[in-house]
Amino acid sequence: MKLYEIAHARAGDKGDTSDLSVLAFDQRDFPRLVDQVTIERVRAHFAGVVHGEIERYVLPRLGALKFVLHRALGGGVTRSLALDAHGKCYSSLLLDLDLPDDDEAENQTLTTP
Amino acid sequence: MNAHPGRTIRIGCGAGFSGDRIEPAVELAEKGGLQYLVFECLAERTIALAQQARLHNPATGYDPFLVQRLEAVLPACRKNGIRIITNMGAANPHAAAGKALEVARRLALSGLKIAAISGDDVTHLATQTEWPGLANNRDVRALGDRLVSAHAYLGARPIVDALANGADIVLTGRVADPALFLAPLIHEFGWAFDDWPRLGQGTLVGHLLECAGQITGGYFSDPDKQPVANLARLGFPIAEVSEQGEVVITKVAGSGGAVTARTCKEQLLYEIHDPAAYNTPDVVADFSAVTIKEVGPDRVVVSGATGRPRSNTLKVSIGYRDGFVGEGQISYAGPGAVARARLALEIVRERFKLFRFEPPELRGDLIGVDSVCLTRSGSSPSDISEVRLRVVGRTASLEDAQRIGHEVESLYTNGPAGGGGVTKSAREVLAIHSTLIPRAAVRPKIDFLLT
Repeated sequence: MKLYEIAHARAGDKGDTSDLSVLAFDQRDFPRLVDQVTIERVRAHFAGVVHGEIERYVLPRLGALKFVLHRALGGGVTRSLALDAHGKCYSSLLLDLDLPDDDEAENQTLTTP
Repeated sequence: MNAHPGRTIRIGCGAGFSGDRIEPAVELAEKGGLQYLVFECLAERTIALAQQARLHNPATGYDPFLVQRLEAVLPACRKNGIRIITNMGAANPHAAAGKALEVARRLALSGLKIAAISGDDVTHLATQTEWPGLANNRDVRALGDRLVSAHAYLGARPIVDALANGADIVLTGRVADPALFLAPLIHEFGWAFDDWPRLGQGTLVGHLLECAGQITGGYFSDPDKQPVANLARLGFPIAEVSEQGEVVITKVAGSGGAVTARTCKEQLLYEIHDPAAYNTPDVVADFSAVTIKEVGPDRVVVSGATGRPRSNTLKVSIGYRDGFVGEGQISYAGPGAVARARLALEIVRERFKLFRFEPPELRGDLIGVDSVCLTRSGSSPSDISEVRLRVVGRTASLEDAQRIGHEVESLYTNGPAGGGGVTKSAREVLAIHSTLIPRAAVRPKIDFLLT
């Protein structure tokens, strides 16, 4: 299952930092986002793009996660040679993330400390 | 449901960036029931570009759409008693005020008071030997004549003072975006400059509105999954704010787009990094406990923001010349399009090697395959019926930058079969570096003109 099916997203930028918000359509899917849309998965998904730290903020009242990706915009909007220098397309690319199915997710939750 | 009994102020946002649509602002001025209309038109780099323009012609340096926007909205603003606040002064608020005066006179609108707020330009400080608190002072001075501009982000205070002095139009240079909206709230409700919870909630109002259509359904639609009606006639947002700082986000009835909990959540979280510590010149706002509730069609209540004391530093954006970028593009289509585009890129790289032309950075993109996300470069290129090669490089001179486009152009008769539609460009890069300056080093100034 793709993240796209249960969430919407928006990308922003400041300098060389990309700022991605992921929001559950349905509040009932929010725990799944918290469990499955981890910093590790996001880092693997954006391999070759993100060269710095990734921070994750959890916003239960909004059913949202925020990811701050450092050194992710080719040196920053004003320097980057990328066609999408702002990384605006990253929001939709993040929604392409594959989520494990529910059974797998439960097992994973049980085994994760 | 009436979300907040008592007096409310209605503020509209007429532009979220310099190139924004103009007629939604006219709709707001005519039908929005507003007291204030705000235009936010300065992106990170815009003011440095404006400063470059001003260096070439001292009468310029303000927003290129200033005259067009004011001509469009001033008659309705005058009729409905709406005051205008905008950062369209860019690198030259005084010249912008002069232009606004001309427009008002042309429209025969007398008795308008226009304020120009300056003092954000701290370029003179960037070259001084002492700039206490600046982490990389040495770097800034080392820029030498590559330095173009240094602008500090001012807060709401000078705008509040201009409003208190009766300004109908307030033109600023660099001001923190939310401050453009926070200022009229402070002015109207008499909020104290250390009432951190209210300043936090007022900053939330500004943050929600500052990108205009991005909260009314713009930048949200995905046709099958999350459709938004009538984006061709997208309405721009209105905030109804109470004395306590509670806000209803809405838009003009009948305009396109939609204000929903989802559009508001996306804009709430947009570009703020840590939701509990959104740093502005006026307050460190905390949006971490904000709640969002739909209370009617296109009516959403946003509440629960708070704030902590502001810092003693202001953010400064430094603009500097940073070499050149040259680019060339060519299309390939039909069977084997991707393979021919890849060959074309190899040929260009080999040519550069052959003639010892070595740009410090060179990038080749296949638009439609891997130009946005590098990790997708291995995916099924055989399915793709057309592709566009883009070769782009950073160079030390304009001549070298032009050479990249020339090399791509020569693929017409020397490269793989069927290349077409070459475009090429070369430009100087204006880069931005952000740093901090002590608040006390920045002195905002207000000047008034009367029509």
